[in-house]
Amino acid sequence: MTDTILDIRGLEKTYKGGVKALDGVDLTIKRGEIFALLGPNGAGKTTLIGSVCGMVRPTGGRIEVFGKDLAKHWKQVRRDIGLVPQELSFDMFDKVIRQVRFSRGMFGCEPDDARIEEVLRSLSLWDKRDAQIRALSGGMKRRVMIAKALAHDPQLLFLDEPTAGVDVELRRDMWRQIDALREKGTTIILTTHYIEEAEEMADRVGVISKGRILLVDEKDAIMAKLGRTEAHFTFDAPLPAIPASLGEYPLHLEQGGTCLVYRGGDGTGKGKREVAEIAQVMAREGIVFTGMETRESTLEDIFVDLLHEPEVTA
Amino acid sequence: MSFNPTFNARGAFAIFKNELMRMFRTAFGSIASPVITTSLYLVVFGAAIGSRMELPGDVSYGSFIVPGLLMLTLLSESTSNASFGIYMPKFTGAIYELLSAPVGVAETLIGFVGAAAVKSMILAAIIMGTAALIIDYEVVHPFLAFGYILLVSATFSLLGFIIGLWADGFEKLQVVPLLILMPLTFLGGTFYSIEMLPEPWRSVTLVNPVVYLVNGLRWTFLGQSDFPIWVSFGATLLFLLVCVAIIGWIFKTGWRLRE
Repeated sequence: MTDTILDIRGLEKTYKGGVKALDGVDLTIKRGEIFALLGPNGAGKTTLIGSVCGMVRPTGGRIEVFGKDLAKHWKQVRRDIGLVPQELSFDMFDKVIRQVRFSRGMFGCEPDDARIEEVLRSLSLWDKRDAQIRALSGGMKRRVMIAKALAHDPQLLFLDEPTAGVDVELRRDMWRQIDALREKGTTIILTTHYIEEAEEMADRVGVISKGRILLVDEKDAIMAKLGRTEAHFTFDAPLPAIPASLGEYPLHLEQGGTCLVYRGGDGTGKGKREVAEIAQVMAREGIVFTGMETRESTLEDIFVDLLHEPEVTA
Repeated sequence: MSFNPTFNARGAFAIFKNELMRMFRTAFGSIASPVITTSLYLVVFGAAIGSRMELPGDVSYGSFIVPGLLMLTLLSESTSNASFGIYMPKFTGAIYELLSAPVGVAETLIGFVGAAAVKSMILAAIIMGTAALIIDYEVVHPFLAFGYILLVSATFSLLGFIIGLWADGFEKLQVVPLLILMPLTFLGGTFYSIEMLPEPWRSVTLVNPVVYLVNGLRWTFLGQSDFPIWVSFGATLLFLLVCVAIIGWIFKTGWRLRE
């Protein structure tokens, strides 16, 4: 069994109005991983998912899923793909259990009430199985969307902004659900606006902007490559200049000399070591600082930086 | 778990069942309405006005209009049920599931069009039963009548499916059934024989395709009509094939389905 579950090469999509939503996207997804696709609104995330799942007709490129060409073997391949779209879209007047059974049947699976019960219980929907969907809360409706996508036991699951508009408690609950799916070996590709979600859940992260993939790497590797440490030393009396003994460090003065700022490191711990060294040097030389704050850059900082430097490539 | 990518039978059945369940959720309205309408037509036209109508041959007016009324219901119900069936998922966004599922044109048509056609067949049976309570009539060729009702139901469900795909608003859903099909049906010999029309209206009526549908069904009921039966069967079958070809093209190109 190949390690690659999805392989996208040179994928392009230009809409009728001339908007280029995807501009030569290359992306490889490994079996069993959780991949987070980050990008601002209109970056091409949903178009990319739609191209794999059948809602969008790409204008160029090639998609292979489970080692098969999607264009040729779309029916066989789609049997094992699940999708939870951004919008809550279903027959609101139908009952929960009927909609989940319907999804399972449509994907060619034999009826299996035990499996349906398992899915509904895992999403805390079993007690609501006979309720009309329109009577459910927003969070419950979103769970129904997930239940429908899981009803046919997909190997590859797309979650398009699964936690958009849900409260913090439900979001964390969703993360637990996603984690449980990973445990079972389901490969998950999720798009999100919440960088915290990608930090919490993803094994690898991709950043897409204006239809182009800017970066794809393991989350920890991104933090190591692009992560930074920032430290602020504050003084009661302004420093006239950066002490010569600290010349080798990436430092500068702010706030009229009352704040010495360090920005450096590479995400491997070098930043923290250098901040400790700077503190020791100042203590040794009798430079009295009255406060010290350090902060490691988050994936969000890296994401924002990347979007402002679109020339960075994967 | 076995999955046949050539034809996803379970997928087709799931859509078919889902559509039938959706239709039966509103069973009272969708069944009561045509039954009441047909009964009123039979009482008003069949009993009140019919006694003063002179028809060619020795056919009573009541039994003459039963196939016409049946056709009136078949055309409007098949078209509106199928168009609504595919339009609603487009409207709510639930179409994503159909597009992302391993179902092609065959499974989709069997599911959506099959369900709409079956509902029309059920309505036809109910209307025939209702008519039998009000007037005396007989079906001379019952098997051919069944086959023809099935053919018309399937054909106009296909047309409805195309309308549902084409429509981008509720207004457009109503345009074809109300502004085209309904007038054509009323002018298509539902309540009269075209033999009764003076020239040039008799010749003008011949370009109305519904004339051939009504006469086809009338032949299976009465054993006589204004045209040979093969003309009606042939024209309906040809229209069915045209609809299938159009739907095949829609799925191939993704028109109004995929972006």
